[in-house]
Amino acid sequence: MTLPSNTLTGAADNTTEIRATARSFTHPPLAIALSSLFLLVLTIALAVPFWITHYDPLVGDVSVGLQGPSAAHWFGTDRLGRDVFARVVYGARYSLLIGLSGMLISLIVGTLLGLIAGMKNRWLDEIASRLFDVLSAFPSVLLALLVIALIGPGLINVAVAIGIAGIPKFGRLVRSQTLLVREADYVRHAVLYGRSRLQTFITHLLPNVLMAIPIVATIDIGSSIMAVSGLSFLGLGPQPPTPEWGVMLAEGRDVLRVAWWPSVFPGIAITLTVISFTVLGSYWQRRFEGRQQP
Amino acid sequence: MWRNVLIRLASSVLVLWLSVTAAFVALHSLPGKIADILAGDNEYPGLREAIAAEWGLDKSLPEQYLDFIGRLLHGDLGTSYVMRQSVSGVLHSQLWPTVQLAVAAGVIAAVFAITVALLTAGRSALGRRIASTLELVLTSTPVFWIGILLLMAFSFHWRFFPVSGAGGFNALVLPAITLALPTAGILAQVLREAMEKALEQPFVTTVRARGLSETQVRTGHVLRHALLPIVTLGGWLIGGLLGGAVITEKVFGRPGLGTITLNAITSQDVPMVLAVVLLAAFIYVVISTLLDVAYLFIDPRLRT
Repeated sequence: MTLPSNTLTGAADNTTEIRATARSFTHPPLAIALSSLFLLVLTIALAVPFWITHYDPLVGDVSVGLQGPSAAHWFGTDRLGRDVFARVVYGARYSLLIGLSGMLISLIVGTLLGLIAGMKNRWLDEIASRLFDVLSAFPSVLLALLVIALIGPGLINVAVAIGIAGIPKFGRLVRSQTLLVREADYVRHAVLYGRSRLQTFITHLLPNVLMAIPIVATIDIGSSIMAVSGLSFLGLGPQPPTPEWGVMLAEGRDVLRVAWWPSVFPGIAITLTVISFTVLGSYWQRRFEGRQQP
Repeated sequence: MWRNVLIRLASSVLVLWLSVTAAFVALHSLPGKIADILAGDNEYPGLREAIAAEWGLDKSLPEQYLDFIGRLLHGDLGTSYVMRQSVSGVLHSQLWPTVQLAVAAGVIAAVFAITVALLTAGRSALGRRIASTLELVLTSTPVFWIGILLLMAFSFHWRFFPVSGAGGFNALVLPAITLALPTAGILAQVLREAMEKALEQPFVTTVRARGLSETQVRTGHVLRHALLPIVTLGGWLIGGLLGGAVITEKVFGRPGLGTITLNAITSQDVPMVLAVVLLAAFIYVVISTLLDVAYLFIDPRLRT
C-alpha cells in the first residue's frame, strides 16, 4: 500500500556511505560488546537458570512479601514473597522462547510464500501478494489480537498470533529478493550452461535469496519479544504464576502503589533484550550492506 | 496521474473487501462454536436451533455472507454476543476517548520528533549520538512499561496526575505521553536521517547562497523536504497508535476502544473483536491511501 521509500530519494547510493559513517558513531564497538555480553547472560539464564540463582521462581514465603531489594533478595520480593530476581532470570526462558518461536513462524511461512510469489507464475504471485496486503492492512497488534480472539489465549497461541502478524514482513522481503536474484547474470548463465531448473534453484537462487534473512530476523526477534510481552501483559499469553516478563509487569502494576521493584526489573530486562537484538542486528546490517546486492 | 490515483483507490478497495471476507471466513470456520458462545451455560432441547434461527446461522454460508456484506454496507456491524447491543452503538460511545488519546499522542510525537531533528540533524557528533541513543531506547521500551514508570513517578510518588479514568485534561496527559514516546522515537530517527540526506542536496546550497539564515534554511526548506518520507510512514504510524492504545488504556484503566476490544477477546465476543479490528483496518487503509494520493500531488517525480 505504501510506496517504497527509495523511489523518493533517487540517488540513495551516494548517501549510503555517509549514513554508514554517521551510524558508526551511534553504534560504537562498546555497544556491540555490551549487547553480545547481555545476550550471552540471557542464553545462560535460558539454559541453566539454577546456576544464576538458587531461589525457586514459583515458591515464595508470604511473610516476606513485598520487601525491597536487599542482599538476600537482589531485586526484592513480590506480593507472594517470591524472589523477583529469580523470576526475572527464569522469565528469560519464556520471553525469549515465545518471541523466538513467533519470529520463526513468520520467517518460515513468510519465506515459503515469498519464494512462491517470486516464481514465474503470475497468479500465484497475485494470491501471495494480496495475502500480504490483507495481513498488513491490520495494524500488527490488532491482527495478533484478532488471532487470539479466534484461537483463544495461551502460551503457544501468543507465539502463533505474533507469527501470523509478522508474515508479510518476511514474505515481501523474500519475494523482492527472489525477483531480483532471478534476473541476475549468474543465474542466467547457470541456465545457459545447461543446469537444470532445480539445480539452479538450489545452488544459486536459494542461497542468495536467503542471505538477506538472518539480519532482518535478528532485528525482528527484538520486536517479537516486545509484542509477546505486551500480549502477556494484557493477560492473553501465559497465565500467572508463570514468570514471564509481561505477566510479571501486569502483577507489578497492581502493587505499584506500595512497591516499585516488581514493576521496574522485568521492564529493564525486556528493554535491554530488545536493545541488544536491535544493536546487533543493525550492526550486522551495516557490515553486510554492500554484499546484499546479487 | 489520474490513472495512478484510480489504481491506488481500486487496490485499497480490493484490500478492504479481502480483509472483510477473510474476517468472515475466520469467524465461520469454527463450526458450532458461535452457537456454543451464544448458549453460554444454558442447555435445553431446541436451544441451539432457536439460537441458529435468531442469529441467521441456519442459512447457507453464501447467504450469510451476502447478509453480512449487505449489513456492513449499511454501516451495521452486527450485534455483540455478550452485551446483546448493536456493535456500532458500543463503538460510537467508546470512540471519542480513544480518538482523543491517539490524536494527543500523535501531536506530542510529531512535536518531539521535529524538535529533535531540527536541533541535531547534521550538527555535532555528540548531539547526534545522544539523540540516536535516546531514539533507540524509546523504540525498544515496551509502551506499557513506559506507562508504569510514568504512573510510578507522577501519580504515586509526586501525585501530579490522577491514577486512572478519563475525566478531563489531567487524566489525558500521562496516557498520551506514554503512547507518544515509542512513536516519537521512530519518527525522530526517520526524520533526522531524511534531514541529513536533504542537507546534502544542491538546493540547500542555493538557498544558503540567497542569504537565508541557518534557521530559515532548516525550518523553511530542509524540514519540508524531509517530511516527505514521514508521509509514507503515516499509515503505519496510525496503526501503531491504534494498537498501542489498547495497551495504554489497560495500563491507565481508561475507557475506550482498547478496553472494549480486550473485554471482547477475553469473552470471545467475536463480532465485537471483528468490528474493532475492521474499523482499525478501515482507518488505516483509508489514511494510507489518502497519503499515497497526496504524495502524487506533492512530489512530481512520482507522477510518471
